[in-house]
Amino acid sequence: MCTVIKPGMLTTIQDQGRIGYRAYGMPVSGVMDRYAATMANILAGNDPGAAVLEMTLLGGAFHLPNEAYLAVCGADMEGTLNGRKIKNWSAFYVPANSELVFDYAGKGCRTYLAFYGGISAPPVLGSRSTYTRAAIGGLEGRALQVDDVIEIGNGDAMPFAMRELSHHYLPKYTNEIRVRVILGPQDDMFTEEGRQTLFRGSFAVSPRNDRMGILLEGPTIQHVTGPDIISDALCAGAIQVPGDGHPIIMMADCQTTGGYAKIGFVIGPDLSKLAQAKAGDTITFVECSDAEAVAALEAEKLSYEKAAIG
Amino acid sequence: MHDINILKAGEKGVVVDFGNVIDPEVNGCVHRLAHSIATTMHGEVIEVIPTYRSLMVYFDPLQTNREAISDKIRQFLHAGSEADSGGDTATVVSIPVCYGAEFGPDLEFVAEHNGLTPQEVIDIHTSQPYQVYMLGFTPGFPYLGGMSERIAAPRLAQPRVVIPAGSVGIAGSQTGIYPIESPGGWQLIGRTPLRVFNPGSSDPFLFAAGNYLQFTAIDADTFQHIRQQVEAGIYTPVTSTIARGGTASCAR
Repeated sequence: MCTVIKPGMLTTIQDQGRIGYRAYGMPVSGVMDRYAATMANILAGNDPGAAVLEMTLLGGAFHLPNEAYLAVCGADMEGTLNGRKIKNWSAFYVPANSELVFDYAGKGCRTYLAFYGGISAPPVLGSRSTYTRAAIGGLEGRALQVDDVIEIGNGDAMPFAMRELSHHYLPKYTNEIRVRVILGPQDDMFTEEGRQTLFRGSFAVSPRNDRMGILLEGPTIQHVTGPDIISDALCAGAIQVPGDGHPIIMMADCQTTGGYAKIGFVIGPDLSKLAQAKAGDTITFVECSDAEAVAALEAEKLSYEKAAIG
Repeated sequence: MHDINILKAGEKGVVVDFGNVIDPEVNGCVHRLAHSIATTMHGEVIEVIPTYRSLMVYFDPLQTNREAISDKIRQFLHAGSEADSGGDTATVVSIPVCYGAEFGPDLEFVAEHNGLTPQEVIDIHTSQPYQVYMLGFTPGFPYLGGMSERIAAPRLAQPRVVIPAGSVGIAGSQTGIYPIESPGGWQLIGRTPLRVFNPGSSDPFLFAAGNYLQFTAIDADTFQHIRQQVEAGIYTPVTSTIARGGTASCAR
C-alpha cells in the first residue's frame, strides 16, 4: 500500500499499454518511456509488463506504511527516502512507515516508480494503463490526487539488497535529442524541400506537449498540395504535419487514426528519448532503414536481458 | 478500383492503401482484407486497424519482417475474397433510438433546415443500414457512410460542452453516435439506450468497423425499458447479416 501525500504535476499508473483494441478506436496509452519503465521493473524484480507510476516534471510525495522494495528510473527528480537522497536508476528496500519525496526533474521529464509486486489496479481491456480522456484504467481513469491509496501486489520473495543499473545501460538525457525516422506512408505528399527540411532542420519542443503528442516549433515542412488525407491509422511515433507545416509527433495516448499527412515515423526505441523531452529542447531527425530500426530494437532487448542478469 | 499500395508506417507497421477516397467499395475491400488477415495470420500480426481507405497491419519486427508480411498481403489481394467467403457478408447491428424531445434537442432544427417534418427526418434516418467505415476519435466512435443528403445539417456554431453517451447526431452529411460523454458540435436528433462502449464488460464494444448499423425508432417508454435491461446486463443486441457492398475482387 502507498498513500499519496502530494500527487506531483501529472502522476498516472501505466503499464506497457492496451494492445488489441485500436480497431475500436481505443488508444494504446502505456508508459511514455518504455526503456526507463522496463528497467525500473527489472531492477524491482518485476515482470517488464508490471504497472508502474509515471511522474511528469514534478514528482510526488508518498507514504509507505508497510515495508516495500522499489526502483526509480528515468529523469532524476532528486528523490529522498525519509530525508536521505536516493540513487536514481536503482532499486532499494523501504522500511515500514517511510516517506518518499520527489522534486522537479533536472534533466529529462518523466520518472518511473516500480514497486516489487507491481501496482494492482484492476485491468481494463487487458491493461492497467490510465487513459484519462476516456477515464479508464489506473486509479479511476485519472491522474493521482492527494490521499489516494495505491495497492501494491504481493510477491513471495521480496529482495532486500540495493540494485543499481550498470553505467553501460544509463541513457544520457540532454537538451539536444536526435531521433531516427522511417519515411512514409505519405512522404510523397511533401516536396523534396519539405523532406530535406525534416532532416536538416532543428526543431524546438513546444510547451504544447503531453501524453498525446509533441508539437514542434521551427522550420515548416512544405506539402505538395495540402495536408489533408482521408483519415488512416497511426500510432506513437507518427509524424503528422498539419497545414501550418509544424510537425506533431504522436505519443502514447494518441488517437488511433488521423487526418493529416504523415511524413514518417520515429522508430520505437527512440520514443523513450522523446518521452524525456521538455519544452524548449531541440529535436533533430535522421533517416533510418528497417534494418537499422530492427538492430536498435535488438540492442534494446539485449540491454533488458543483460540488466536482468545484473 | 484504385491502385493498391503497400506503404511503410514505422518499423512495425505496413499500410495497405486502397486510395485516398471515401467510398463504400473501397472500404469493403479494406474489411475483406482485414477479415482474411485476422482469420489466418494470428501468430504473425499483432493488430489490424481498418480505416476508410486503408488497412494498418502491425507486426513484431523481431518475430517477422516487412517483406514476409507484405508477401502474404499480396497473396490475399491476388486471391480476392473467393477463397474466403466470410469477408463477403457483414453483421448489421440494430440500434434502437428515441428521437426528438430531450433525447434529440436538434431534431426540429434538422427538420426545418431541410423543409421536412421531424417524422420525415426519422423515417429517412431509419430507412437503411449504414456502413461502419471505421472507429476512431474516441473509443467506439463510428464513422458511418450512406446517410441521405436530404437530412444533412451543419454543425452547431457553438459546440456543446457535454453530450450524453449514446447521443445520435448529424454533422454535414455524416451521422454517428457518441460512445462516451464528451463535448461536441453535432446536431443531436436522438439517443440510444444501448451502451456503445462498456469498458467493464467482456464484450466492451457494441459494434466493430466493417459492421452495419440499422437505426430503429422507439418511444420513451421503450427507451427506459431497454435501458433497464442494459443496466441489468440482460439485453442482447439484435443483429442480422447482409451482403457486403462492393465487388468481390479488390485486386488489380
